[in-house]
Amino acid sequence: MRITCPCCGTRDRREFTYYGSDDYLNRPEADAPPQAWDDYLHNRDNPAGQTRDLWYHDPCGTWIKVTRDTVTHAIHACEPVAAEGR
Amino acid sequence: MRYSGFRVLSQGLLGNRGWRPAWRKPAPKPAYDVLIIGGGGHGLSTAYYLAKNHGITNVAVLEKGGLGLGNVGRNTTIVRANYFLPGNSEFYSHSLKLWENLERELNYNVMHSQRGLINLFHSDGQRDAFARRGNAMLAQGDDAVLLDRDGVRKLLPYLDFEQTRFPIYGGLYHPRGGTARHDAVAWGYARAADQRGVDLIENCEVTGIDIEQGRMIGVQTTRGPIRAKQVAIVVAGRSSQVAAMAGMRLPIESHILQAFVTEGLKPCIDHVVSFGMGHFYISQSDKGGLVFGGDLDFYASYAARGNLPMVEHVMEAGMTLMPMIGRARVLRSWGGIMDMSPDGSPIIDKAPVDGLFINCGWNYGGFKAVPASGWCLAHLMATGAPHQVARRFRLDRFATGHLLDEEGTGSQHNLH
Repeated sequence: MRITCPCCGTRDRREFTYYGSDDYLNRPEADAPPQAWDDYLHNRDNPAGQTRDLWYHDPCGTWIKVTRDTVTHAIHACEPVAAEGR
Repeated sequence: MRYSGFRVLSQGLLGNRGWRPAWRKPAPKPAYDVLIIGGGGHGLSTAYYLAKNHGITNVAVLEKGGLGLGNVGRNTTIVRANYFLPGNSEFYSHSLKLWENLERELNYNVMHSQRGLINLFHSDGQRDAFARRGNAMLAQGDDAVLLDRDGVRKLLPYLDFEQTRFPIYGGLYHPRGGTARHDAVAWGYARAADQRGVDLIENCEVTGIDIEQGRMIGVQTTRGPIRAKQVAIVVAGRSSQVAAMAGMRLPIESHILQAFVTEGLKPCIDHVVSFGMGHFYISQSDKGGLVFGGDLDFYASYAARGNLPMVEHVMEAGMTLMPMIGRARVLRSWGGIMDMSPDGSPIIDKAPVDGLFINCGWNYGGFKAVPASGWCLAHLMATGAPHQVARRFRLDRFATGHLLDEEGTGSQHNLH
């Protein structure tokens, strides 16, 4: 599996650390009910097929939103999380 | 048909013409009292204990493929009870006791071999942690022996004790730990459940879960609708997909875990050896192959095969620990789909829908749990109350904070 870092180009999977589903980009407001925090931290769609998850490129420090297939390991798109203004 | 040494002998003399299939192949009935979705180890043992312990025999196990072709036939077969946390400790202790009587119970040779398991440690701090774990195991009523370096050397003379990165300080020896024949466990439970009247329905994929006013009424399958007021989801790596049919979103992320087998060798590794610092563990099957594995690839996956970096890592760790295996040729490798929970512990609980139950989150430790998982889920379904040893395996523990984080690494999907 090779992942394309928006800064450094296509690199070996070993340079990246997996963080988890892109649910992590939807942080609840501080006063959100506990259920919202449980959903944010723990509950997952966990799809068999196309998924979006967050990876960190260790050498350059870029957070990347990767669109990929969990059944075939194909990588469809890699976008910098920073582009969303987060 | 009861199996016995005498029957093997007499069938041998009579040309083996008297053997019968180990279970029936019934067509699904329109309705049952209980449906179990998933014909793996946990589903089959649940069906067996529903019939045996609670007299509930109008039960069907629905399996989308063939029985026992999922994780129960794809693991590295280790059976142990060396857990530390209250909640886990008593559960796996109960499971090991069931294992020790399993062959007599099922009248089936599951080749349970209590060859002993050794967890190696490599620092003073780790020794303290293992001493504490060993004491917890003893307090639970199980067995544990803290070995120093010479003690390990006596049992495992072939390890590289002088390695510079992780010099071996000693090990925690669990004599009752060992291995079993994984397929035989599924087949044994299937046969025993079938003999008690459970219908095992293969090639029957559940395509929908029917709920009316918050109550279970049945399921849709590729072999037609089947009604039941009680349904259990016991589908390991596919838990999220099946639970979604009931409108649930589980605290589960499915990950890949790889395992490897070498060509058959003469007996050389007599125990199960676990090298936690290198993420490596190994045993030798009765057929002679070295069976070993490592850690997760650490990303969500349903591919049932892993990537090469983890292969390299596992091989390196094996060579670091026991250079003698370097010339063994790897015969095959594969990946299992692990239903990982955020805290690394399982879930056996009622679902929010009345009559629906969920058994999932077995992470990479489901095989040794097969007997107790079925025992406890059957207890929950039959009595409505959780079994004493599984009462902390709650679905809502992530929301309430009652976590069971055996590794102590935190409750987050990418940490277990």
